[in-house]
Order: sequence, then C-alpha cells, then structure tokens
Amino acid sequence: MRFIAVLRHRLRSLFFRGKVERELDEELQYHLDREIQQAAAAGAAPEDARYAALQSIKDIEQRKEECRDARGLNPIDNIAQDLRYAVRQLRKNPIFACTAILVLALGISAAATIFGFVEAALITPLPYWDQSRLVAVFESSPGYPRGWLSYQDFADWQRLNKVFGSIDAYALNGSFTLSTSSGAQQVPGTRVSAGFFRTLGVKPVLGRDFRPGEDSPAAARTVVLSYAGWQKRFGGKRDILGRSLTLNGYPTIVIGVLPKRFQFAPYGGAEFWATLRRTDACEQDRGCHNLITIARMKDGISIETASADMRSVAQQLQRQYPETNRDSGAANLVPLRDFIVGDVRPILLVLLSGAGALLLIACLNVTALLLARSHKRRREIAVRGAIGASLSRLFHQFAIEAFALAAAGCILGLLFGEWGIRLLTGLVPAGKMESMPYLRGLGLSPITIVFACCISLLASVVFAIIPIARTSMAPMLDGLKEGARGMAGTTWRRFGSSLVVVEIALAMVLMVSGGLLGRSLYQLLHVDVGFRPDQLAYFQTSWAPGKYETDQQMIVLERRITEDVGRLSGIVSVGATTAPPVDSAWGTASFHIVGKAHHKTNNEVINRQVSAGYFRTLQARLWKGRYFGPREDASKPLVAIVNRTLAKRYFPGEDPIGQQIYYDWAPSSPMEIIGIIEDVKEGSLEGANWPALYVPNDQRPVAWPAILVRTSSEHASLFSQVLAAIHRIDPFITVSGGETMSERIDQSPSAYFRRSAAWMVGVFAAAALLLGVVGLYGVVAYSVSQRTQEIGVRMAMGAQRSTVYRLILGEAGRLTAIGVILGLTGSLAATTMLRSILFGVRFWDPVTVIGVVVVLGLSTVFATFIPARRAASINPVEALRAE
Amino acid sequence: MLLSVTEVRQLSKPTELVQGTLDLLILKTIALEPMHGWAIAQRIHQISGDVLQVGQGALYPALHKLEQNGWIRSEWSISENNRRAKYYTLTRAGRKVMEQEAAQWERLSAAISLIVRTA
Repeated sequence: MRFIAVLRHRLRSLFFRGKVERELDEELQYHLDREIQQAAAAGAAPEDARYAALQSIKDIEQRKEECRDARGLNPIDNIAQDLRYAVRQLRKNPIFACTAILVLALGISAAATIFGFVEAALITPLPYWDQSRLVAVFESSPGYPRGWLSYQDFADWQRLNKVFGSIDAYALNGSFTLSTSSGAQQVPGTRVSAGFFRTLGVKPVLGRDFRPGEDSPAAARTVVLSYAGWQKRFGGKRDILGRSLTLNGYPTIVIGVLPKRFQFAPYGGAEFWATLRRTDACEQDRGCHNLITIARMKDGISIETASADMRSVAQQLQRQYPETNRDSGAANLVPLRDFIVGDVRPILLVLLSGAGALLLIACLNVTALLLARSHKRRREIAVRGAIGASLSRLFHQFAIEAFALAAAGCILGLLFGEWGIRLLTGLVPAGKMESMPYLRGLGLSPITIVFACCISLLASVVFAIIPIARTSMAPMLDGLKEGARGMAGTTWRRFGSSLVVVEIALAMVLMVSGGLLGRSLYQLLHVDVGFRPDQLAYFQTSWAPGKYETDQQMIVLERRITEDVGRLSGIVSVGATTAPPVDSAWGTASFHIVGKAHHKTNNEVINRQVSAGYFRTLQARLWKGRYFGPREDASKPLVAIVNRTLAKRYFPGEDPIGQQIYYDWAPSSPMEIIGIIEDVKEGSLEGANWPALYVPNDQRPVAWPAILVRTSSEHASLFSQVLAAIHRIDPFITVSGGETMSERIDQSPSAYFRRSAAWMVGVFAAAALLLGVVGLYGVVAYSVSQRTQEIGVRMAMGAQRSTVYRLILGEAGRLTAIGVILGLTGSLAATTMLRSILFGVRFWDPVTVIGVVVVLGLSTVFATFIPARRAASINPVEALRAE
Repeated sequence: MLLSVTEVRQLSKPTELVQGTLDLLILKTIALEPMHGWAIAQRIHQISGDVLQVGQGALYPALHKLEQNGWIRSEWSISENNRRAKYYTLTRAGRKVMEQEAAQWERLSAAISLIVRTA
C-alpha cells in the first residue's frame, strides 16, 4: 500500500510539474498570509506585520528548492539538464561527434553482425527436442574417423547397443526421380529409417510420421514432404495426404508434411523423405557403406559411456564378420550440433575474434578522441569548477556525455548491423544456404541487441572514466592557466600514444590474418587437381529404375549419350564417370591384390567406373601404361587404372602395371592394372589425395553416370543443348548440373568458407588499418600542436626543416615500430588459432608478414606527413611570440 | 537540542537529529486531526508552552519529505478562514513510525534527564 502511495506521489511530482509547483507556491503564500494576519491581529501596523512576515519567510526561493529536493526531483532534473547539455556539446563539435559516433557504430555493427551469425549457428538450439542428447554415430577405422555405416551394420548396432533410446539412419544419396505424365525430374530428397523423425523429436505439421516397420521391404512405399517442398510443388494443398506419387518409378503415398521450422543441415534442401528399403544390392552388402547414423542417448548416459558401449558392439561385429568389418572395431560419437555446424564453427570464431578486435580498435580510437577533447575542454571545466560545480556534478556530466555518445553509436551500429546481416545472408548462394538452414531468415535478434547494448554500456563506462580521471588527477585550476602544460599533459599524451600503439598492433594482427586467409584461398584454388578445370562442364543424369537394368542396357545408353552429346557443336570431347571429381569422396570399394596377403592398412579406395574417353576429356596426365581403349568391353580381359597414390601405397617399390587385383566382393574376376594416372582430385580440395581405382564402364557399367563435357569455348546455351540431346534419347532421363569444373572448384565448401572468411577478415583489416592510421594522425597532430613553441625554439636555434620532419616522423615511426612488434607477437598467437583453416601457407608466412608491414608503414608515413609538414612550416617568430 | 529546533530559522538545513525530532513533532501534531502547515507550526508553539517555534524554512521541506516517504498524505481543503489550504493527514505507515519514534524519544529523553539530574 505504502509503496503504491509513494510511487504515485513520485510520478505526480515528475509528470505534473506545473501543478505541483503551483501548489507549492499556494501553500507557502497561505503561510505568509496567515503570518501577516496574526501579526496584524497582535496589533502591529499592517506594513510592519508584512515586513516581519516577509523577514520570516525571506529565503522563499531556497525554501522552494528544499521542498523540491525533499520531493526527490532534482536528480532527474539534473540528468535531463546534463543530457541536453551533452547533446549541445556534441552538436557544437559536429566533426568530433560524427567521427566518434561513426567509429563506434562501425565497431558495434561489425560485432553485432558476426554475433548474429554466431548466435544462429552456435547458440540457438536446433529445432529438435532436447538436442543435447543427440549424437551422430560413425564407424571409425584408421584414417577414416567418420566412416559411414552399411545397412547390415546399422541393423546390428540398432539391435545390440544398450546406450541409445533410439538410433536411426539416413542414406547418402540425395535425390529421387519424380515422374509425372509430362516427364521426369530430379527432386532433392533422401531415405531414412522409420524412427528418424521420432529420434530427432520432430512431429509432422500435417499427417503422420513413418510407423515402426514402415522401412521394411514388405511395407507400402510412403513419403513425407518438407514444408517448402509441399508449398512449392503442391501449392500447400491439404489434400496432398494420401496422394500417390511416382518416386524412382514406384507408386509412393504421401503421408505427412514436416513443420516449417524443421531443418536438417546435411540435407538442407531435401523435399522428399522416403524410407530405407533394405532391398537394393548395397543395403544387403555389409561392405557397402552408405548410411549416416544419428542416435538419442538414454538419460544419464554420457557420450563417453555411449562410445565405450558402441566400441564393444563394433568389436563384436568385427570378430563376427572379419571379411567386411576388418579395421572397423571402433565407433565415433559426435554431438549432433558439432556434426552439423562443424565446418562453420572455426570460421565463425575467427570472424568473431576479428570483429572483437575491430570493436576494440574503435573503442580505443574514440577514447583517444575523448582524451584530446578533454584536453581542449580543460579551461571550460576549470571555469565550471571555479563557479561552484562540484566534482561529483562534473563527473555526473561526463558520464552522461559518454552515455549519450555510446547510445548514439549503439543505435547506429545496430542499424548498420541489421543491414550487414541482411547483406551477408543475401550474398550466400542458394545452394550454400541449403547446407546452412540455420542462417535462413536471419536478422537482428533480441540477444544480439542485448549484446550490442552491453558492449555500448561497457564502452560508455570507459569513455566516462577518461575525462573523470583526467579532471581528478590534475588540479582543476591548472586549466585556467594560459598555455599550462606540465606533467599531466605529458602523462596523457603518453597514454594517447599507447592507445595508438595498441590500435596499430591490433590492425596488424587483423591484416596478417586476412592476408593469410587470402593466401590460403589462392593456394586452395590453385591446388593441382590433376585435370584442366576450365571449359569442362559436368551433368548428372538419373532415371527411374526398370528401363536400364542390365549391364548391356546401361553400356548402350552411356555410349549413346556420349556419342550424341559429343556431336553437338563446340564440344571437343565427352566422358562419363560415377561421380565428377572434386568433393565426391564417396563411392568406395575395397580390393585385394592377387598373390598377396591382406594389406594391413585400410583397403577401401575411391572407385570410379569411367568411359573410354573420360581421361582424355579431363586432360588428366598419364604417368605410366595406357588409357582404356574404345572397345575394351566384357569380351576383353578385365582391366583397371589406378592413381599414383594407390600405386605408391599398395605397391611400394614395385611396378603395379601388369599386377592383378580384385574387388573383395568379386574374388573370381581379377583385373589387370594397365595404367597409372597422376592423382585427380576426387575428394575435397584441401584434403590429401585418396587412392583411387578406375575401371572401364564398358566392363562394369554405372547407373546414373555423371557426364563431363569439354567445350572449345565458354558455352552459354550448353545446358539446354545437352538436355535436349539426352531427352532425344529418352525424355524420362533427368539431367541436372551444367556448371563448369572451375565453378565447382570455386564454389566447393572448402573454398567457399575460406573465401567468406578472407573477405570478412579483409574488410575488418581495412577498417582497422584506417582507424589505426587516423588514430596515429590524431596523436601526432596533437603532439605537434603541443610542441609548437618547442619547435619554434629549435628552429630559432638553427634547426633545419629536415630536422623537424625527422623529429615528427621519428615519433610516428617509433609508435608504429612498437605497434608492429606487438602486432607480430599478436599475429603469432592469432594465427595459431587460424591454423585449422589455413591451407598451403605456413602460419608464419614471410610474404604476408612483409607485405603487411610495408602497407602499414606506408600508410603511417602518409598519415603523419601532414602534421609533420605543418610542424616544419612553423614560423619560429610567431611560435615564440605566442608564448 | 531542543533549542536548535527553535532556532531552525537560522539554519537552512537542520541536523539529522533535529530533523528526526521535528518529524516526530509534526507526526504527533497531526495524529489528532488533519492540519495545514501554518496550523501545525501554531499547534507546536502552543502545546510546547510557547517554547518551540518551528519556522516555515524547516517545516515545509519536512512536510514534503514525510509525504515523499508515504508517512503523511495531503489534500486541499477549505480552512477555518475560508481559504484553500493544504491539509496533511497521518497515514497508517506514518502512525507506526510515529509510535516507534515516540518510544525512542521517551527512552532517550529519560536517559538524558537521568544524566542531567544525577551528574
């Protein structure tokens, strides 16, 4: 009750000022009148009575002030007054105000933008139920810590484990053929085990989830749609449930639609989710690894306990199936979030550190500006002190000014940050966005805003402390003395210089980091891929099962496609393969060498079925032996080509040509090695080359070949021409792709992430360099203005202009040198953090470091030349007279 | 101490001890009925046998402070001379404070009297 009364009273005092003031007047006037009345009644003359009464109430204004104080109004008045004063001060110095606010906004916006991404990728929970219990489970073997699982092994893991509430899998192939009356098209999607969505804790927004057992071969084929796929392909109509689609040639019933916010980054673009069937050849072969497994740990089970249990399961399977599960006696459990954001995390952390460094530089810069300003204002402060402003009142005002500055910087910074987030997410290509669905629709979030406000508050504390410390350290009256310098001035000048040194050091760290990332990107894009990537386009084909099943049908189809496409104008040659090079580290097989014991190391290698013209189309380099001949079909002896890495690893010190090898699953059909090619980059650009085995398509044909086309020039209408040529053969063959291999390399995840990081850090470094150089300019210019008389004296004593130049440039050079030395140390620390994303450069790359030092040196010389010239053009007579 | 209450006219800011005493005098005075400021000063003057005279310089800040604390509340009403005057009333919280302060004062003054008489 009392609290409410008090609150009402205070609010009234605050918001009905006029009324409260009038009441105060009236109350005091009433008192005065009664005093006069009483005096008159006591017999005094009216004039005397009035005088006496007025005497008694003489300090009426002060009484009023005391009443106002009693009502607790003055602090609020003071704040409002200080705020007005602060804004007026800032407006009086528009250049200072704009610079400080812009610099601060720059720092805050960089930090807020990156923090927005960090929050989305690393902080916001994934839209799964209790995601901390979710893990991705891999088979682990020497050299392959994240191996995929075969269906048979997966089924055994599901049966034998004791630590998971549920364990489910999804398949690695990422599309279906959707046939309609008008033709066939490739649609993104994947196959999962029946409990997949229950394990994630995702419920369909429409219809139902897969029932247990719906992934058995006997069950009717069913499919769940993603929300986006439902909207895009079926107009979001609710009657989609129960409809039958033709997926991969089989009638499939739509049973549900996933929620809009559902996302699964490994298949971010998947629109069709069907079940595993355990029917195709791969899923019956324990050696065919095509599944990634996710599991939900039981409550109270730690990831270590779960790993130990899964290791014993893997070892049991290894003993039971020594042929297929050799070397697979371990399981690797990775928290699902780490699996999903694994690639992005180190880069985001690097960017966050970069943005943090930039923010720090911005704050240092503003601090230095405030320092110089508080020096200019010392007279004003001294005057205010002299006419009675208390120290605490002055501090109060500094604090308000700092707060106003920081608040303006914060608001502007958040506006820039919002814009920055939209700009950056807009720059992410659609294909990349699919693998990072957590970035979709990103904007300023409440946490980001709170984060920015906290930073600004912290900054405002620093900004307030500087003038407060300055005022309280030097006797205030010193400020009144004309031209007073003394110790305090020197101390603060040194402090300003050290701020600039730190700025230069940080700028150097950012520049070195940016330079190293840029060099890494360059190295990555110029990695020897083993073929000529320009003017080489690739197309992925697929078709529904049924029509091309036998080896002969597939061989004939592949030959027709390569011949027909090869006849198009402007096409030099055409080849077919299982998968295009670069970022296709899948499609593996294990092999044995005839007459040799099982090799000790892993015998799983990349396996490609390629057409006769494939290597010539790639312009791969033959190391030894020969390529496949045009008619090297099943009627001829079986042959194979290996890459150099395979030759070195499995045939150390001997010539592989002429040796016989066989697939583990086909021991009765050995192949003769007829050639060795220089490594073609099949896996990721940054990884080491894998051993690879190539067999002729004419002997072991591949379903759904990738077609590689070398053109004589860049070809705009290539895709439509190739599509038309293939559709003339069969309109139900779907074709996707059409990029050149150069584009594929350019857009590969490892290049893409490095490019983004290099650009971002580069922008940060440029901003840091600018701020550092401006800071240096400020300090040197200030020092010149302080030393005008000293320089005048020196010149009067006979110092040459060149000496003055040397004096000023020397000071700047000294600061820069200290900054560079600190920066070198800092860079060493920063680049150890970068190590995981650097490629092909030592993290102590002399070219980068020397380049950065040169750029930094030139910029600082440029920045200090202006004040140095001013110093050198000082007229000694005027300088001395100014004393 | 009591003397300084009478001399508050000369003091722009009474000491804390005196202020506490003045607060008690005000609370006690309006405990009987709502009063305006001038009447409070008059009543204190009368009841103290013309010893205590509270100047308005101390009175009104004290009244505003008490109101701010929620111990008294004010309302405008017509006074005995037919003019609008601001009347102060004791709140329930104010009554509690008054009782505490009065007991405190009794103890203190008894102790002081004891010392003055015996020493």
